Amino acid sequence: MNWTWFHKLGSPKWFYDISGRWLPWLSLAAALLIGVGTVWGLAFAPPDYQQGNSFRIIYIHVPAAILAQSCYVMLAVAGVVGLVWKMKLADVALQCAAPIGAWMTFVALLTGAVWGKPTWGAWWVWDARLTAMLILLFLYFGVIALGQSISNRDSAAKACAVLAIVGVINIPIIKYSVDWWNTLHQPATFKITEKPAMPAEMWVPLLIMVLGFYCFFAVSLLLRMRLEVLKRESRASWVKAEVERSL
Amino acid sequence: MSFESFADFLAMGKHGLYVWTSYGISLAVLALNVALPILARRRYLQDEARRLRRESKP
Amino acid sequence: MSNVFTQLLSREARLLFRRPAELLNPLVFFAIVVALFPLAVGPESKLLETLSPGLVWVAALLAVLLSLDGLFRSDFEDGSLEQWVLSPHPLPLLVLAKVLAHWLFSGLALVLLAPLLALMLGLPARCLPVLLLSLLLGTPILSLLGAVGAALTVGLKRGGLLLALLILPLYIPVLILGSGALQAALQGLPAVGQLLWLASLTALAVTLTPFAIAAGLTISVGE
Repeated sequence: MNWTWFHKLGSPKWFYDISGRWLPWLSLAAALLIGVGTVWGLAFAPPDYQQGNSFRIIYIHVPAAILAQSCYVMLAVAGVVGLVWKMKLADVALQCAAPIGAWMTFVALLTGAVWGKPTWGAWWVWDARLTAMLILLFLYFGVIALGQSISNRDSAAKACAVLAIVGVINIPIIKYSVDWWNTLHQPATFKITEKPAMPAEMWVPLLIMVLGFYCFFAVSLLLRMRLEVLKRESRASWVKAEVERSL
Repeated sequence: MSFESFADFLAMGKHGLYVWTSYGISLAVLALNVALPILARRRYLQDEARRLRRESKP
Repeated sequence: MSNVFTQLLSREARLLFRRPAELLNPLVFFAIVVALFPLAVGPESKLLETLSPGLVWVAALLAVLLSLDGLFRSDFEDGSLEQWVLSPHPLPLLVLAKVLAHWLFSGLALVLLAPLLALMLGLPARCLPVLLLSLLLGTPILSLLGAVGAALTVGLKRGGLLLALLILPLYIPVLILGSGALQAALQGLPAVGQLLWLASLTALAVTLTPFAIAAGLTISVGE
């Protein structure tokens, strides 16, 4: 297998050029997918036989939750790449992805709470999934706080990488222990996403939304990373040319 | 279309408040996550351009 | 190799006994936190008995966290950490000795104090073996995971609050399993499952965390 592309990623200029070319297409895909998914989910998907129309919150709750979880795994992968191959771009990716992941966790928690009000009759229920998401939010806060409190850029990135790797090993343990805790304390709660086999007109918009959220994540991450690369490389001549070109 | 009328669509069968607030806040967060980096980039480019001009002046 | 390990262990012991306050403070903190709960929720013994597994575990967890803040601080300030990083011996092993010494003197004291406080909260005496075992298996995990956070924050001016922020979410499985074991014992159910889980987590923590602690120390020293 040819690994040149991987090592090219270490070059900030190459990354800046290629991401600039991808960005319009990714933005278009994100806008289209989220637009189509939202309209389909809100207006055309049939109401749930049990929960009525409040179930339409699933079309943002589940994509946000999936994105929040995979974003943390991405942090750890970026951390490993940064620690093993000393790739600066992976450091940038780690620190830029953490706030987006925290925002997505926040969205998942908020929509879960709003959804909980009509279904459970309470804004917050100590359901296993919601509790695990809350812990994930705390893990994100830890990574962000550690990154901000270390002034040296390289040590901050390395410290965040170690923390993200420790966290990602812990996530399955946390998940199972919370599940187990929940079954012990609250037998037979109503699970949000457990349904007797969704019909296609319900899950196709969900799939579209999940893809749209991933595209949105890529767009937001690339935007942040490009700015950070510009800041880090401010002495390079190609950045000066870019600054003059953009005015 | 699973709704009879537009008013029906807005009401969401008594759950309108919940559905619309969660969609509203979530889409606002998504927009915020795209808008903030773009604004920060514009501000940074302007600052950099000003710095370059200042430094190139004799 | 094992020679370095035992030497380090005895050095840590000597250092700790020269500053007994550092050993005693977490214990006093533990006792005070446990005493706060009856004052807050009322002296009703039935309520306290049902709450006691959680109370003892939360208090123990906070006490361990508090004691960890200064784990590497003095070694960092006097430069011995740099010597460790440069020394030909594997850093994870040295770190393991350090954490083990810390656990032997502060963690173990906490475990021994816990039954007394649990009895004051109204935990029946038949639950004490499970309490002791769960703390004995759980506190090493707390020390090891906390040492990762302490290693990452040792170079920072005000690392204490940050340490809590980084580490408390990672403590959740231990809290759930430990207080779960005690709860099961309180209800007269077998607690073996939870204790075995705690034991396997301890084995996992002993094998993996020394590498993370060593990496964290290398980063902090290199800064």
